[in-house]
Amino acid sequence: MEEKKQCKGCGGALPFLIGFVAMLVVGWVVFPKVIYSQKTQPVRFSHKIHQEQGMECANCHAFRDDGSYAGLPKNEKCQECHADVVGSDPAEKVYVEQYAQKNKEVPWLVYQYQPDNVFFSHKAHESFECKECHLEVGKMDTPPVYYENRLSGYSKQTMKMWQCERCHAENGVSNACHVCHK
Amino acid sequence: MAHGATKEFKVTWGMVIDLDKCTGCGACMTACQVENNIAPMVDASNKMRTLSWMLVFELSNKKSGAEAEVAYLPRPCMQCGNPACVPVCPVVATEKNEEGGIVSQIYPRCIGCRYCMAACPYHARYFNWEDPIFPKGMEKALSPSTSARPRGVVEKCNFCHTRFMEAKDKARQEGGNPEGLADGAYMPACAEICPTGAISFGDVKNKEHKVFDLAQGKDAFRLLEKLGLNPQVYYVSKREWVRKLGDNYAATGKPGAAKKHS
Repeated sequence: MEEKKQCKGCGGALPFLIGFVAMLVVGWVVFPKVIYSQKTQPVRFSHKIHQEQGMECANCHAFRDDGSYAGLPKNEKCQECHADVVGSDPAEKVYVEQYAQKNKEVPWLVYQYQPDNVFFSHKAHESFECKECHLEVGKMDTPPVYYENRLSGYSKQTMKMWQCERCHAENGVSNACHVCHK
Repeated sequence: MAHGATKEFKVTWGMVIDLDKCTGCGACMTACQVENNIAPMVDASNKMRTLSWMLVFELSNKKSGAEAEVAYLPRPCMQCGNPACVPVCPVVATEKNEEGGIVSQIYPRCIGCRYCMAACPYHARYFNWEDPIFPKGMEKALSPSTSARPRGVVEKCNFCHTRFMEAKDKARQEGGNPEGLADGAYMPACAEICPTGAISFGDVKNKEHKVFDLAQGKDAFRLLEKLGLNPQVYYVSKREWVRKLGDNYAATGKPGAAKKHS
């Protein structure tokens, strides 16, 4: 009985409100930060400097003859220019010495890898500009931070299914499952 | 979908299997398992638990001596025009909605209730009783064309759907029409590997495709046509007893009814 008396006055609207706000902060601010780990690319690749040389996206990110998309270039492509150090940027030195000359592929982090059961055709979306779906890295000197979901292992920047579906619906394209899934 | 309500598509991918050419070698089954990342079973003798999207059955005319004859019948998913499996799915994990008329199966959405398996009269659907286990080293040889399925979901043949997507990409690259692929541009693994050429594949509505004529030939039939599921897989045999077995659903039924094409 005495304990009940002691508790009188510590209930009510104010403690509830404080707890409510605190949990909102945890849910909206803290948790989204905790769930993603931050990673940086193994080499500080500057898309900007390459674009300033007059290069197009498709110079390195190209289609194969069968219409499939090759994605990121391999050493073979990079070494066409960077077999040796040609500039003064320290990042290039890192690439040439640690990867190109050791014949080791760079383990780039891909911001937009999709799950295993997604079939995405770059060819079918060729009429769009790259930056409509991808981060606009062409203007970036330093690659953006890669956020990896600690639970699922996927990148935060991966396009979500609702985004695919919305664009398909707006453009009158079928949203049948097999259009994107395999 | 009401009975008989076949959804119409501009392109209807269909398979025509010549049972007189089929030797029962099983190459189609093997090609299918490799293409679709089906793990080898720990105990493949347990036929209740094996996964065989493509399965070869042996047919017999039940006669003895010199009159005895056998035939082999490869059975993929029939990709029915009016599928029995689709309306029973409570979570829309399977649908017939895409151009080409292939019945899709979305594994992450499947809850494993197996209503579709009960509904399918062709037993073309399989349930993953176990997680797939690939022998050491084999996981490096998995095909990127098909996603892996976990324990607890239903799977089935999808006419090697990724090959369809890849054929469309190739057509786009070469300036062709991805919505009107040429004959042979899209070929499932089983049709490609069949050593006797028993399996033909193409658009059964397109006169320029070989299967257009094959599916309408006088010896063509489909399995259990009287059910009205309108399968997109056709069989051909010059032997009457084989054709009759195609409709052999119940002893009281009328087997070998005159073939009807809608």
